[in-house]
Amino acid sequence: MAGTARPRRRLCNCYLMPTQCLPATGAPTSAMSHRSFIWICLLPLVLVTVAFFVLPMAQLVAVGADGPRGAGAYLAILTEPRYRATLINTVLLATATTIATLMIATIAGLFLQRHRFPGRAVLIAMLTFPLAFPGVVVGFLIILLAGRQGLIGAITLALAGEKIVFAYSIFGLFLGYLYFSIPRVILTIMAAVQKLDRGLEEAARSLGASPWAVQRDVVLPALVPAFVASGAIAFATAMGAFGTAFTLATNIDVLPMLIYTEFTLAANFAISAALSIGLGVIAWAILALARSMTGGTVAAAG
Amino acid sequence: MNAITGHGAAVHIIDCGKTFPDGTQALAPASLDIIAGETLVLLGPSGCGKTTMLRIIAGLETPDAGGRILFDDTDVTAIPIEQRHVGMVFQSYALFPNMTVAENIGYGLKIRGVGKADRAARIAEMVALTNIGGLENRRIDQLSGGQRQRVALARAVAVRPRVLLLDEPLTALDASLRDRLRSELNRLLRSLGITAIYVTHDQAEAMELGDRIVVMRKGAIAQIGTPRDVYFQPQNRFVAEFVGAANIVEGPIAQGRLSLPGGWLALSDAADAAAAVAMIRPETIGLVAEGGASLCGTVESVSFIGDRQRVIVTGAASKPLTIDAPNGINVEIGQRVGLSVASAAVRVLPKED
Repeated sequence: MAGTARPRRRLCNCYLMPTQCLPATGAPTSAMSHRSFIWICLLPLVLVTVAFFVLPMAQLVAVGADGPRGAGAYLAILTEPRYRATLINTVLLATATTIATLMIATIAGLFLQRHRFPGRAVLIAMLTFPLAFPGVVVGFLIILLAGRQGLIGAITLALAGEKIVFAYSIFGLFLGYLYFSIPRVILTIMAAVQKLDRGLEEAARSLGASPWAVQRDVVLPALVPAFVASGAIAFATAMGAFGTAFTLATNIDVLPMLIYTEFTLAANFAISAALSIGLGVIAWAILALARSMTGGTVAAAG
Repeated sequence: MNAITGHGAAVHIIDCGKTFPDGTQALAPASLDIIAGETLVLLGPSGCGKTTMLRIIAGLETPDAGGRILFDDTDVTAIPIEQRHVGMVFQSYALFPNMTVAENIGYGLKIRGVGKADRAARIAEMVALTNIGGLENRRIDQLSGGQRQRVALARAVAVRPRVLLLDEPLTALDASLRDRLRSELNRLLRSLGITAIYVTHDQAEAMELGDRIVVMRKGAIAQIGTPRDVYFQPQNRFVAEFVGAANIVEGPIAQGRLSLPGGWLALSDAADAAAAVAMIRPETIGLVAEGGASLCGTVESVSFIGDRQRVIVTGAASKPLTIDAPNGINVEIGQRVGLSVASAAVRVLPKED
């Protein structure tokens, strides 16, 4: 005990926060030095947070309110038709991505966790492969699939005489985000399915529930925390991802693209800062809402 | 049939075996008839096939080809569990966490399309029957283990199943609660008059609850009988040792006497044999004075248990004998004692292996 306490004392006396290491009158010395040790352990995190998060954020907030509109720049996100439309677009896109991802990943995750078949491990590895891809590569893949020289275009041209191209639209972006989100969500759902008590399903069946009723009444309700956790992450990703949108086209109206154009092309620092804050607040609010809905299990499940 | 009792069906198990895809045989083909309204206990150590048997009856497992399950005269082998009309209580209780107590109990009725008013009446009936009044609107995670057990039972019985299947329903509870719920469960099963099949590894539970006990071992039936049969007339060494405490003694039999290192025991009827195995229950051995006793030994230890004392005697048989003696008599370690055993209490077992 004494052997471990001494180096701690020396460390904190010599370096960082000497005042905290002084024993308070009446308080046991070891308890005090223990507490200051914990503070010292927190210090790197505090420094990094202040230097690279709090200060830039504060600066961003200030810049947003510093333009020709003043603090009205924040209001402009909602009042200016172009910004408002983009905001709605982005939220709709993120919502659609989240719902589609959850539906596909739930069916696939249930199947993959519940069935053993040859090639299962390879399939799971392939499905989770896109985890490593940056948005640019995902965008590239979408162009290869549905771009002007893409696979779908070639097939539809041969079959129907008309080339279908949608890579450069918001639908291409939707596909890209889907591709991006599915692996993350599938892994979360598979883990949740694995933890399900098979007895619950057997109990429901013994009471007369058809396979569909079992899914509706037992399996899906039990997976809700996993849906919320992985859905929130899919939503936040789809709100803020930039690489895919940038690769597909520069004229898709989503918030990250708007911020980019306002910032680099129009040099409209105040608006881009205000939009950035708005984007962050919405994504953060969705995560917070999800967390409160499941009673704080989101972090654990995610 | 009154409002509470279900229609108990007779269950016939015909040549039902189970081999898993990896080739292990969980259950050798077995046949078993369960009388309508009786409580049959499947008893055995883990891995003996008792749960597999239960799951085959439930419809959660299909028997190997050739096996058939009949409820009364209806062949249900191909019918999935959701249409077999069974009630099932699981070891983990498997209560639905997203539903209240009342919703859990009413789930089977709801699925079957029972109207709201009828459902509420039946739920109230079940709540009264299982003594869980006041808990109807609780969530499952707000219940104690004993309460969960009752809810699981109420849920299974609410649908008036033809057969009630219980898979180690008391195992997850602590000892004193287990004893109390056991007698409660016993009363309930009797009053319902339902056909019940009860799986357990606890022989005390099997004794108290079973009209008949099926002792299982390594995927096969070792003995079927009433609790008394199984206890007093075990058909083999495994049953003798698994059900209750047993002294197994070995020696030659000649002229109706079993010779042991410390003397001999009279047998009621036994053929002569060069090497025989017999079982004696600890409570059937009486401690008497050394003089005149046909079998003698030395007291090695005495443990006072309360309602009795457990005396270990060496020298009488090749292995120490365990004796449950009345708690009033005075025995000391090292004392020479005579042992008296009624001839009917010595059960000669068939030779094995």
